[in-house]
Amino acid sequence: MRKVLISFATILLVIMGAFPSFSESVPPSEGGILPKINLPVPQEQAYQQYLGLKGGGTFLIPQIKAKVVIIQIFSMYCPHCQKDASVVNEFFSKLSRDSKLKDTIKLIGIGVGNSDFEIDFFRKQYGIKFPLFSDGDFSIHKILGEVRTPYFIAIKIGKNGTHKVVYSKLGGVGDPDEFLKKVKSF
Amino acid sequence: MIKNLKYIISILAVAVLVSPAFGLSDAYKNNIYNPGELKPVDSTLKVKVGDKAPDFTLPSLSGERISLSDFRGKKNVVISFIPAAWTPVCSDQWPGYNLARSFFDENDAIMLGITVDNIPTLYAWTNQMGKLWFPVLSDFWPHGAVADIYGVLRTSGVTERALFVIDKEGIIRYAHVADINKRPELGALVMELIKLKGR
Repeated sequence: MRKVLISFATILLVIMGAFPSFSESVPPSEGGILPKINLPVPQEQAYQQYLGLKGGGTFLIPQIKAKVVIIQIFSMYCPHCQKDASVVNEFFSKLSRDSKLKDTIKLIGIGVGNSDFEIDFFRKQYGIKFPLFSDGDFSIHKILGEVRTPYFIAIKIGKNGTHKVVYSKLGGVGDPDEFLKKVKSF
Repeated sequence: MIKNLKYIISILAVAVLVSPAFGLSDAYKNNIYNPGELKPVDSTLKVKVGDKAPDFTLPSLSGERISLSDFRGKKNVVISFIPAAWTPVCSDQWPGYNLARSFFDENDAIMLGITVDNIPTLYAWTNQMGKLWFPVLSDFWPHGAVADIYGVLRTSGVTERALFVIDKEGIIRYAHVADINKRPELGALVMELIKLKGR
């Protein structure tokens, strides 16, 4: 009996190890590191250039060519994300117009539970210019602790490729100027 | 020792198996009740594609009584049955359709959102979604009667998460009962609406 139970517990632990989404349930905390999230390298050349990535396959967020990466966790189906879309666009526009910040602070969005079709629709609906990624099966959402939306995470990337989470909060951008000030301080 | 092992296994099993997937908007704060993972489908459809859609009349949030036949010869109709107000997946489904109005307009379609909740509950719940462009109907009394006619009333008294596309002649062109735990993908519905144009 004991042997059977130990074997069963081992199998469960192996499953949890193989599928980290089952065991991760806490949002990234400031001062910690971002869980490993594989995203597909965008096919669009403009996005590849923006993110400093080449070719196909996948990449990890700290591989983005930037000092700070801001990650917007949203959903096409979330009323607050819909309301916040134009504010996020304004923030991105301010970031893009700043010659010092545009190459060092990058913004991406991850649509939790959204298919490619839904992401594309959201992008077109609000004229979003920064790269959006779909998380149709909620696997990234689970890794990130199943946060409510919208949720923003920022990581600071060191010269040696290490990184740490410097911002992790529920809620939208709020005032784009204030958010920009905050982002500059990271 | 065995007792402890059993306890540990129970915790691990819960961690592996109970992982409902939904991305909940902060619009609802902490007001959403999570029923956990439910049996994916718990009813049997009583209509099929090609059938004439059973007519019904239900009270709406605006105070009017709305019949399916009101749209005969005028609009294609998408019926969205949603299991219950104030639950995770349901709360994020209609805000998506609200945003996606252009797909309905382009395909000369209206949406009718139906749940078995009463009007006051639907009023409080849908207020969190912003202003919805489509009518929201209450199939509260006789409880779930319309859902039952379509074969989407679950044994617990809530409906399935189901979509029906009905053309202007009142014929069912698409019937989809989704896993109640998952939101149906928008692209599939849009494709069905586009197909109506080719008829």
